[in-house]
Amino acid sequence: MEKINLEYFGEKFDRLQTLDPDNFMRAVRKEGFSKFNKKGLPTFKTEEWRYTGVSELFKKEYHLSTDESESAKGISKSQIDEIRLPGYENANELVFVNGKYVAELSVIRSSNDDLIILPLEEAANGIYKDLVNEHLGKSALFVNDAIHALNTSFIYGGIFIYAVKKQIIANPIYLYHISDATETHILSQPRSLVFMDVSSKLQLVESYHTIGSMDSFTNEVLEIVMDTNSVLEYYKIQNDHVNASQVGTTHIRQIGKSYAHTVVVTLNGGMIRNNTNIIMEAAGNEAHMFGLYLLNGNSHVDNHTLVDNRMPNCFSNELYKGVMDGRTTGVFSGKIYVRPDAQKTNAYQTNNNILLSENATVNTKPQLEIFADDVKCSHGCTVGRLDEEALFYLRARGISKEHAQAMLLKAFAENVIEQIKIEPLYQYAEQMITERLGD
Amino acid sequence: MLSIKDIHASVEGKEILKGINLEIRAGEVHAIMGPNGSGKSTLASVLAGREEYEVTKGSVDFMGKNILELSPEDRAREGLFLAFQYPVEIPGVSTTNFIKTALNEKRKYQGLPPLDAVSFMKLLREKTSLVEIDKSLLTRSINEGFSGGEKKKNEIFQMAMLEPRLTILDETDSGLDIDALRIVANGVNKLRDETRSIIVITHYQRLLDYLQPDFVHVLLNGRIVKSGTKDLALELEEKGYDFIKDEFSLTATV
Repeated sequence: MEKINLEYFGEKFDRLQTLDPDNFMRAVRKEGFSKFNKKGLPTFKTEEWRYTGVSELFKKEYHLSTDESESAKGISKSQIDEIRLPGYENANELVFVNGKYVAELSVIRSSNDDLIILPLEEAANGIYKDLVNEHLGKSALFVNDAIHALNTSFIYGGIFIYAVKKQIIANPIYLYHISDATETHILSQPRSLVFMDVSSKLQLVESYHTIGSMDSFTNEVLEIVMDTNSVLEYYKIQNDHVNASQVGTTHIRQIGKSYAHTVVVTLNGGMIRNNTNIIMEAAGNEAHMFGLYLLNGNSHVDNHTLVDNRMPNCFSNELYKGVMDGRTTGVFSGKIYVRPDAQKTNAYQTNNNILLSENATVNTKPQLEIFADDVKCSHGCTVGRLDEEALFYLRARGISKEHAQAMLLKAFAENVIEQIKIEPLYQYAEQMITERLGD
Repeated sequence: MLSIKDIHASVEGKEILKGINLEIRAGEVHAIMGPNGSGKSTLASVLAGREEYEVTKGSVDFMGKNILELSPEDRAREGLFLAFQYPVEIPGVSTTNFIKTALNEKRKYQGLPPLDAVSFMKLLREKTSLVEIDKSLLTRSINEGFSGGEKKKNEIFQMAMLEPRLTILDETDSGLDIDALRIVANGVNKLRDETRSIIVITHYQRLLDYLQPDFVHVLLNGRIVKSGTKDLALELEEKGYDFIKDEFSLTATV
């Protein structure tokens, strides 16, 4: 099976290279594909994929769409209405179908003075050519990984987002990723680039939606580059079907002293891997990273974080929390590098897990590699059951066991959820969690 | 109201209570005293329904119901209240929300509609002044960062809100300074009437000075070995438990 897939990718790759003859993009894709072929699919022996058998996903035959017009067919505006997230009235809603941006289904509410949104190919040939050439694909220098390289092999149909200098962008960007799995298993590989110019502020939200009963596999890479004094809020909400699997990489490079705030919330899905990478390339950078995975059924959710401190005086704080029920698996791997130049680094990491079922599993692994001598770093992880004393206390006041459990789990999740600073989205996340917990 | 008959209970296979008998009528206050490890808190836990305590023998009748068959929450809804010796901190759950939930679950059990927001707030205001608790504590997470005194006041405040028929004060006086003790005791006294009963578990005379119990029982090695009026507590304060131990071992050998 695997072989069939590889041949199929080869054909698709050749076709895309002919279809889009842009020299720069061709070169990036070519490098990606040769890396993919050279590395091959990860196995359980690949350290970064030890707990997540991503190769399993490649045993199915997917349809990989490389043609924009083909992608959008069959998706109507009313289907978009069903997946819109609260607060959309005020948002730039960008719709991707099978990994490709569909302008007709998207609504841009910001003005061109604040925010530029262009198809990636157009940006690579227009006035933003230099920015795209400089930054697109640079995450590959930090991520030596076949799945990432596979995405790079098929860069096409994504977007370039440019937050204009000194602009506080009032309208958040909502990215809706739709996989149309009505007729075939579908592989989507969205790839976009965001550049935040000096002193800009941007809120970015991503969500995922599979239509149809076949399987979807989204292999996404989003590269975000932050210049001096920019402020980013990034939110990822995953509440897709159990037939929806995903490898999503959010690669944030803080090239100027800036502030990044990320929240990843996973409530449902098949096999999910989130890579949230922060590369601190300027002194004085600050990043706050949060995650919540609240799982039941058979979901497998793997959060890998990377904070790569390359310059002095950077601060990072991570809080990831998980609740695993049923036969679910949670994975947390938090890597922190402190390079020799990164003196006075402050880097903190916490991962707390609650197991509700005998059949649930969690693997948690902090990895700190420190090459500077004047740093403050800490990490801590816990795996346990719900606090029996607290449960008894609530029950002793007349609150049912189920309700008491829901109250405690909601409280556990709350300090991650409250990090969602877009009010309607926070309300939405809270409501979904309340429904899930049956409170 | 409460009739405890020959209760034996063990935890992790070790028998702690070895046949307790106790009758409490409506409106009465009973003090239970005894040295550390005599089984006082175990008795409180057994009555409240802690699952790690196994009742191996005996019965507990609470207003006509065998409460040993009820879950902790149903015991609470029937009107039993345990003021914890060590109230737990629960980050992320606001005290107000918690009490509202508890109150409404109890009302539901009694077939009453939930209190609307206005009536609830009115009740809350009334009871906060009754037990002299700082209102700002109620907006915070349950007991989180509360001082020892504040935690105990919060227990009495919950008691005031839930209006139980039977309250068990499990060493509520431990860790309280003189002022906090007075406030807590006054709070309990204001909630007393002829329909409500109280079990006070304590080591000290101080709290009993305020509460003036009708009966005092001495628990020793899992049994009530002596019962009397409040004078017994005074005698204990003066002589310690040894005289009872001597008396008891004497009786036992005879």
